[in-house]
Amino acid sequence: MAETDVSVRNFTINFGPQHPAAHGVLRLVLELNGEVVERADPHIGLLHRGTEKLIETKTWHQAVPYFDRLDYVAPMNQEHAFVLAAEKLLGIEVPYRAQVIRVLYSEIGRLLNHLLNVTTQAMDVGALTPPLWGFEEREKLMIFYERASGARMHAAYFRIGGVHQDLPPDLIDDIGEFCETHPKVLQDIEGLLTDNRIFKQRNVDIGKVTLEEAFARGFSGVMVRGCGAPWDLRRAQPYECYSDLDFKVAVGKNGDCYDRYLVRMEEMYQSVHIMKQCVEILSSAKGQGEVLVGDRRIAPPRRAEMKTSMEALIEHFKLVTEGLKVPEGEVYAAVEAPKGEFGVYLVSDGSNRPYRCKIRAPGFAHLAALDFLSRGHMLADVSAIIGSIDIVFGEIDR
Amino acid sequence: MNSKPAESVDAADLAVMADHVQAHLGDAVSEVKVVHGQLQIVTDKDHILEVLRFLRDDANCRFVCFTDICGVDWPEREKRFEVVYHLLSPYRNARVRIKVPVAEGESVPSCIEIFPGADWYEREVWDMYGVFFSGHPDLRRILTDYGFQGHPLRKDFPVTGFVEVRYDEDKKRVVYEPVNLQQAWRAFDNLSPWRGEPWQPRQEEVLPGDEKAQGQGDQGAEAPGKDA
Repeated sequence: MAETDVSVRNFTINFGPQHPAAHGVLRLVLELNGEVVERADPHIGLLHRGTEKLIETKTWHQAVPYFDRLDYVAPMNQEHAFVLAAEKLLGIEVPYRAQVIRVLYSEIGRLLNHLLNVTTQAMDVGALTPPLWGFEEREKLMIFYERASGARMHAAYFRIGGVHQDLPPDLIDDIGEFCETHPKVLQDIEGLLTDNRIFKQRNVDIGKVTLEEAFARGFSGVMVRGCGAPWDLRRAQPYECYSDLDFKVAVGKNGDCYDRYLVRMEEMYQSVHIMKQCVEILSSAKGQGEVLVGDRRIAPPRRAEMKTSMEALIEHFKLVTEGLKVPEGEVYAAVEAPKGEFGVYLVSDGSNRPYRCKIRAPGFAHLAALDFLSRGHMLADVSAIIGSIDIVFGEIDR
Repeated sequence: MNSKPAESVDAADLAVMADHVQAHLGDAVSEVKVVHGQLQIVTDKDHILEVLRFLRDDANCRFVCFTDICGVDWPEREKRFEVVYHLLSPYRNARVRIKVPVAEGESVPSCIEIFPGADWYEREVWDMYGVFFSGHPDLRRILTDYGFQGHPLRKDFPVTGFVEVRYDEDKKRVVYEPVNLQQAWRAFDNLSPWRGEPWQPRQEEVLPGDEKAQGQGDQGAEAPGKDA
């Protein structure tokens, strides 16, 4: 065979920003050698809205709705991190009923997120039915959001010092009913995917990561648990009433896309289990009481009170114009959001606005490692990996 | 990794850890204290890598999990910026915050060798504050637009920015124009210097005149609303 001098050049393609498997506005510059990925360079920021800058110009209460718009798949979990941080600075204790409601809605958020992620990741690798089944359940959960807060997604329901309003009793019953029927749907989705040959071919041993690497790259949540570490902030650094609740931490073994899928499935069963306990507490005598702290410097008075009390009217006016003042200091608070550790680093200068509010989004660290995860994989695996690291651009671009 | 989740580190443990860090790092750190249940270390840009490496490798600390790097702008300070590192030790179940004051124009050594996850976080601090990280292999802007000017999270950067974009039908492309606000930027400054007594729960009080209504049963209490 005659030797020919062919110059071989790597092929560079643009993946996104409009690609359906990019899960949002991700522009990914891929350098390919044949079909093998040599380098992946994600370009982010197409959804950058300057959330942190905006929060610095708003009062503490006005910051809460911005958090819904970060990870818009599980909005209340984000609010949770912010209110926890602010409450730490204020040094206040939230009423028990409010804690249980927050946990209940955080777990609903976890279901919302995992239902979307597991099913759309399956769609990225070729299965069409799971999203149809999963989204039907998401719809029911969004109605629970709506019945509590009035909004299907951007709830702004968690407040500094509690939650905005108490839940109506029939809503609690309906959530209890949902917890009975939901595991059946999860089993159906599992039946479609867990032993599915194609699903396994596309996910097993794809996007593998070791535990040391995972920690050094700032992974958290499912990405760490998939590697075998039982690291869950709900268990390790319990906030709210998680220490009273019974649940198991799902752990994977191999740190690949398939294990992450399995961890997410098991977490959904555990979330339903937690929700059942919350429903029980909320309907029992133990769970009755206020849902907002009584301190009128932090939480506004009730409407009915304002009708008769001049004091309450003044306090309400002060709170909605000036807002609350948070003592000087800095604090970092994190919650186990469905995607991983969602943290808020707050610096207060003692005024009515946050001096600095850094949002530590789990997806940011995960997407940063995309080059590391997909190097040497085939082009088709990139969409499986992007699906399994569970990214939402609201929180990455902020 | 312990198979059993560790108990959260209590204040006494943190104080011990603070002493341990202080004893081993000595002059490299200027302050070690516990704030809101979390270790806080202040160091300078010449010692940051040494501090990070010690915290990661020391058997009593093992802050192996990288969490966050962010900047804070304090325009009135001599060293204007503060680069804040957050690390997590899953083994000791503790968090640490390391603060490095940096003046404008100074650069901080990149810690990408110690924590590969720091890559994008350093790019973000560069993008948002203009703090330069020496030794970073690829210090590009990350969140802002291609060709963006300025560092948006600095306190002297206006919230509205300087340019706005729109699609120009004639030129058939996106054009950049100076910001033109249809309405003046409404920065409400409602901060009042007034500070009252700490809030006390109110007693059930009878408003003047209510005692007359008491005799007529419960409807009397709602009367003011109905009249209006």
